[in-house]
Amino acid sequence: MIEHVENPILEIHDLTVSYDRKPVLWDIDLTLPEGKLIGIVGPNGAGKSTLIKAIMNLIPSNSGYVKLFDEHLEKVRNRISYVPQKESVDWDFPASSLDVVLMGRYGQLGLLKKPRKADKEVAMDCLRKVGMDAFAKRQISQLSGGQQQRVFLARALAQQADLYFMDEPFAGVDAATEKTIIDLLRSMSQQGKTVIVVHHDLQSVTRYFDWVLLLNLRLIASGPVESTFTQELLQETYGGKLTLLSEVSNLMRKEGFPHRELRKGKSS
Amino acid sequence: MMTKEAFQIILAGSLVAIPCGLLGCFLILRKMAMVGDAISHAVLPGIVIAFLLSGNRDSLTMLLGAGLIGIFTTFLIEFFHRMGKLQTDAAIGVTFTWLFAIGVILIDQFADQVDLDQDCVLYGEIAYVSLEQWTTSDGTMMGPRTLYVAGTVLLLVIVFILMGYKELVVTTFDPVYASAIGISTALWHYLLMAAVSVTTVASFESVGAILVVALFIAPPATAYLLTENLKHMMVLTVVIGVLVSLTGYYLAVLLDGAIAGAMATMAGVFFLIVFLFVGVRKKRKVQKTLLTAPEVIPKHD
Ligand SMILES: Nc1ncnc2c1ncn2[C@@H]1O[C@H](COP(=O)(O)OP(=O)(O)OP(=O)(O)O)[C@@H](O)[C@H]1O
Ligand SMILES: [Mg+2]
Repeated sequence: MIEHVENPILEIHDLTVSYDRKPVLWDIDLTLPEGKLIGIVGPNGAGKSTLIKAIMNLIPSNSGYVKLFDEHLEKVRNRISYVPQKESVDWDFPASSLDVVLMGRYGQLGLLKKPRKADKEVAMDCLRKVGMDAFAKRQISQLSGGQQQRVFLARALAQQADLYFMDEPFAGVDAATEKTIIDLLRSMSQQGKTVIVVHHDLQSVTRYFDWVLLLNLRLIASGPVESTFTQELLQETYGGKLTLLSEVSNLMRKEGFPHRELRKGKSS
Repeated sequence: MMTKEAFQIILAGSLVAIPCGLLGCFLILRKMAMVGDAISHAVLPGIVIAFLLSGNRDSLTMLLGAGLIGIFTTFLIEFFHRMGKLQTDAAIGVTFTWLFAIGVILIDQFADQVDLDQDCVLYGEIAYVSLEQWTTSDGTMMGPRTLYVAGTVLLLVIVFILMGYKELVVTTFDPVYASAIGISTALWHYLLMAAVSVTTVASFESVGAILVVALFIAPPATAYLLTENLKHMMVLTVVIGVLVSLTGYYLAVLLDGAIAGAMATMAGVFFLIVFLFVGVRKKRKVQKTLLTAPEVIPKHD
């Protein structure tokens, strides 16, 4: 069920990753098309965050290689952007929304250069895109969870990259914000950017994404949503959680019902 | 009117308080307050060994020795934490008590060769700042040597922070993201620790180990309660550092006590006052920053 593409923007070959010698990703082999909105779906602990971190070389891998834009990461780093899970930082850090978004410019600036007026304009523009321009001077500790999430997104946008990895950008945002964000991601992909999103709400997968990865320690499937997001493959991905799955299948038939149960419980 | 001696002591105190406080801002935001503590103790054997090898108190040798041992300490802590799967606070505890003990034994063993004693190491000699003058080869008196050493370190620290400001900020706030955009968290971690070590040693002989630790943590912690803007926090830290030095000196005069001790006391007093007035509002925040287990290791690079 793993569909390969010509001229992939991302190519992963035989990737295995472990923590303390315990493998959490087995033998991942995939290629992804350019200019698409791509979802990564799988249960808690499936290795979704780990996969992104391994691609970004934030954790070592045991075997295999990753190529982005047909190059090694180091050569194309400033064409790639990353939104970590929001919980990974201390939001009491003394900084404003604008300060955080400006960090998105640091990679391009290089050592010893201070952000200029042009960088601030880019940052403000990105805040505007996520509807946070009114909060530019607000301290990040005084933002709501959903607003913090949008600041993280704006920081990634400020990198003006071609390929984006986003770890649960919809966690804790309300329906209206989710809609704003997905419209934004859609328009980015229409401009030829590739956006890869870890997503938990199975119900919206078919509406949001062009392409989907089903992951649970192994790569179960990778392909266009229509042919990949199927009952059997979901069954295989979510394994024993049968009750939940029949619920999901019911929900998949009934449009418009929010289904968030699957992401309750442990999150990392 | 302030006497010349009083002025020089207060100036020395301030010259030490400012770099300690500025680096301390990053330490507490990285939840590494205890690492500053650890390094300030662990450099002791470094000082003694540098002293024994070079046979004098040549500042350059000492600073070099300190920089190296600071990095070594950081490395040891990380090693115990990562390889030994030891909690960071335990790794810190083991490392610095052990190194400090070695330092004390070395001083004891070589007491006749080393012009250092435990009192001077713990409490410093800030009262005698004016005594040791720096004289050039043609005999011109240039003023107290300590002021030059502390001034140079202050300058170095300011240059370091100005040059690495955005890297220090992003690796502190979000190390994973920093690595993702190609900024080495490990490199900046070690650079910061080297800066802490060098500052510690330069400050050691003038103000002693206890005051150094207080100056690293108390002024930035106080400033942290007063603002939510990092740049303001650093400016406030500088102001508080100077106030600590000033009021500490007069407290010592008043009580006829040790100057370094009085300055450390004032650092605590300032923190307490601010904590009582604004701290209650931010109590949760303080607990989170000062009382959580320190996170020394940049997990990703
Ligand atoms: N730093 C770590 N050390 C050890 N094990 C880890 C570490 N990080 C993650 N793991 C383990 O690796 C597995 C995959 O974790 P990962 O965070 O990639 O899952 P995920 O799919 O992102 O889950 P979630 O939906 O909860 O975010 C889990 O079993 C987790 O316990
Ligand atoms: Mg995750």
